[in-house]
Amino acid sequence: MAGVAVSTTINGDDVEYLCQPDETLLDVLRDRLGLTGAKEGCGTGDCGACSIILDDRLVCSCLVLGAEAEGRRVETIEGMAHGDSLHPLQQKFLEHAALQCGICTPGFLIAAKDLLAKNPDPTEEEIRFGLAGNLCRCTGYDKIVRAVQDAASVMKGA
Amino acid sequence: MNFDPRYSGRSFTSVGTRPIRPDGVDKVTGRARYGADFNMAGQLVGRVLRSPHAHAKIRKIDTSKAEKLAGVKAVITAADLPDLTDGDAAMYDILDNCMAREKAFYDGHAVAAVAAVDARTARQALKLIEVDYEVLPHVVDVDEAMKHTAPLLNDAIFTEGLDEKPVKPSNVTKRTQFGHGDIQEGFGQADFVVERSFKTEQTHQGYIEPHACVANVSSDGTADLWVCTQGHFVYRQHCAQLLGMEASKLRVTSSEIGGGFGGKTHVWAEPVALALSRKAGRPVKLVMTRDEVFRASGPTSATSIDVRIGARKDGTITAAEATLRYSCGPYAGMWAEIGAMTAFACYKLDNVKTVGYEVLVNRPKTAAYRAPSAPMAAFAVESAVDELAKEIGMDPVDFRIRNAAQEGTRSSYGPVYGPIGIGPTLEAAKNHPHMKAPLGKNQGRGMACGFWFNFGGQTCTDLNIGMDGSVSLAVGTVDVGGSRASLSLVAAEELGIDYGQVKAVVADTSSLGYNDMTDGSRGTFSSSMATISAARNAIKVLRERAAQTWDIPVDDVIWEKGHAIAKGEKYGNLAALSLKEIAAASGKTGGPIAGHSELVADGAGVSFATHICDIEVDPETGSTRVLRYTVVQDAGKAVHPTYVEGQYQGGAAQGIGWALNEEYIYGKDGRLQNPGFLDYRIPVCSDLPMIDTQILEIPNPNHPYGVRGVGETSIVPPLAAIANAVSNAVGVRMTHIPMSPPRILAAIEAEREG
Repeated sequence: MAGVAVSTTINGDDVEYLCQPDETLLDVLRDRLGLTGAKEGCGTGDCGACSIILDDRLVCSCLVLGAEAEGRRVETIEGMAHGDSLHPLQQKFLEHAALQCGICTPGFLIAAKDLLAKNPDPTEEEIRFGLAGNLCRCTGYDKIVRAVQDAASVMKGA
Repeated sequence: MNFDPRYSGRSFTSVGTRPIRPDGVDKVTGRARYGADFNMAGQLVGRVLRSPHAHAKIRKIDTSKAEKLAGVKAVITAADLPDLTDGDAAMYDILDNCMAREKAFYDGHAVAAVAAVDARTARQALKLIEVDYEVLPHVVDVDEAMKHTAPLLNDAIFTEGLDEKPVKPSNVTKRTQFGHGDIQEGFGQADFVVERSFKTEQTHQGYIEPHACVANVSSDGTADLWVCTQGHFVYRQHCAQLLGMEASKLRVTSSEIGGGFGGKTHVWAEPVALALSRKAGRPVKLVMTRDEVFRASGPTSATSIDVRIGARKDGTITAAEATLRYSCGPYAGMWAEIGAMTAFACYKLDNVKTVGYEVLVNRPKTAAYRAPSAPMAAFAVESAVDELAKEIGMDPVDFRIRNAAQEGTRSSYGPVYGPIGIGPTLEAAKNHPHMKAPLGKNQGRGMACGFWFNFGGQTCTDLNIGMDGSVSLAVGTVDVGGSRASLSLVAAEELGIDYGQVKAVVADTSSLGYNDMTDGSRGTFSSSMATISAARNAIKVLRERAAQTWDIPVDDVIWEKGHAIAKGEKYGNLAALSLKEIAAASGKTGGPIAGHSELVADGAGVSFATHICDIEVDPETGSTRVLRYTVVQDAGKAVHPTYVEGQYQGGAAQGIGWALNEEYIYGKDGRLQNPGFLDYRIPVCSDLPMIDTQILEIPNPNHPYGVRGVGETSIVPPLAAIANAVSNAVGVRMTHIPMSPPRILAAIEAEREG
């Protein structure tokens, strides 16, 4: 089957790839581009482990086709830190131990970044509903919510 | 080696602090490599064909069309795997679960597998495999399966553990019994007796990372396996044994693991991936879909439990009895046995008897799930205990305190307890502000206790000191939730150096001696013991090198705060030598400096917890919200308190999901109706409140620092705590988990009509 040629921007870099028409963006990121930070926990958009930002919109990359990235901007976990300087959310996740196994962490960080971009001063309830599309089985969410609260206050002060 | 594991009551510098974990940055930047994040050149994609039937004889499998499809490099069925029919029964069962030999025993049971150049070709190939099934009657309910009229899964199974050897085969593989005293006499002394039957539905561990591995078998018989597992040494042993390989020729590397909770203690697809690679002569990557994870891996037992407890007016329990029936899936297990052991472990009882029945059903093979079997038993017992307290007119906490086991109590499953935390956790709960907070309309408060044994086991650790004085700690217990941080703290503590000077890694199976799995809450307990032992061995070498440098007897050299010090006034002019200085000179004083440790970590201290929760039930919908939740648990010694809290919170959250929502739902056809996170709904962030924790530290006398395992006990009390809270809110005793909205509404309606 002939591939689809796609030109897109990933974490600020111009990227070109060929993919199959039925191939998900998640599979393209992971299998063709070696960006394995986004995880496949379900493949049906239920767990949020594959969260990315597509043109300022939080999406599950398992529900987007690779071909749909044509001409758009993709942000993944690999683009969150600047060099060796972590994003405040990344730093606060470490400080609060907001991860145990860490498989959901890239998705949570992307979802939390999107949440704070849209609502820089969320209440606990807004954080909880804002992150309800991401499943974590280890933490009970307590430390994740606290890390996002702490990051929000640091980012407001910045 | 003369390692003394006894608790010494020392003070700590590093242990008990909360540094950032060594694997943290990789995990927040997406760099950490999990099971599916690893690839090899020339790698093929593996896929598994699974039975759509709950119970079917496999008459014939025709793989010829699939083999002819362009891009298919290997197709295997059970015929390609060793036939263990006349060998070890347990190994036969493990392999049969990986690939069905004669019968498919559940919806999702593997029957064939392919390796192809890409996923699309592999999927097409699966469709070309023709399986001729003879569909058989099936049974999925644990009580139904025990009836004489139930379809038999295996006509070679005759119930073990009965007084008389049965003449007919049965789905009950085994009966076990625990207890002491005379329960008839005990019930005769009781003023109040509560007798109830309970059911719990089957749940899945729900780890977010599906099972994944990359297998590479060479034509010379050596092989590599990259896999997400809780125990790579055990996987190596099982895979080698199942496939007829020498263990030393199979190197297993444990990837970062995306959750396990017991579900990654069993091999599932790994022997299949190795067999595919061997046949294809190329590396094979095999990753389960979420649907496969639910249908073919994991779940815990569904249960049916009867409890009877009697007490005097003064609140003393006089007798306790339980009959526990646990589903095992299609293969013999020991799940009811564990449930029967844990059921009354919190209490000091003169007369107690528990009986367990292991029951075969057409569901996936039951796997360990965090304190396996204990939560269901605790649900039944702690519900009945609450009800009994109410009948007597006692506060449920006071009633439990009165009957709590203590040091010296003979436990309901046999051993006599050392120092334990059940009393202190109850006292802490009684005094917790949560207990006094006001409740509103439709709200209820519940509490419950939980117990877990904790395991120790075989453990091997290497501690290597670099020439620059940095320390590499190689452990063999997989890090499921921060243990590299806690073990680095322990190494730093023992050596008297900074945490940042230690780097802990999980070594592969070719680089370190055998280690049991990270299960039974043993990871930090066992590996910290081995780390302390390894560090003490390294310190012995460091002292020898200092003695050699100073040309004095080694007995005159002590180790303190990371330095060798010459003891006594006669050495007053000798400046202390730091670990770094000794390491830098090691090339001239005898070579590399290391400490090794191989031990069986005995004496894992038992663990107890008490949970309190407030819930609100919507009487219109039957929907329940958890408003407040508090966990009190004994950690022995919390090495890294933040990750201890995390274990308490995570177990509570899993228990909340189990109590209120999670369950395997089977159709009449025996097929699983909800094999996905949309319909098998685990708690999300907006479902839960903050989960408060209180860490108690009652030192384990059998560990140098007093450490006890902390990972599992936190899932034991929630089912009962929430059931007690819901029962208090709606005024009806809830006896069926999960307490989903329809069940709560039905219970309220039945009470109204009743």
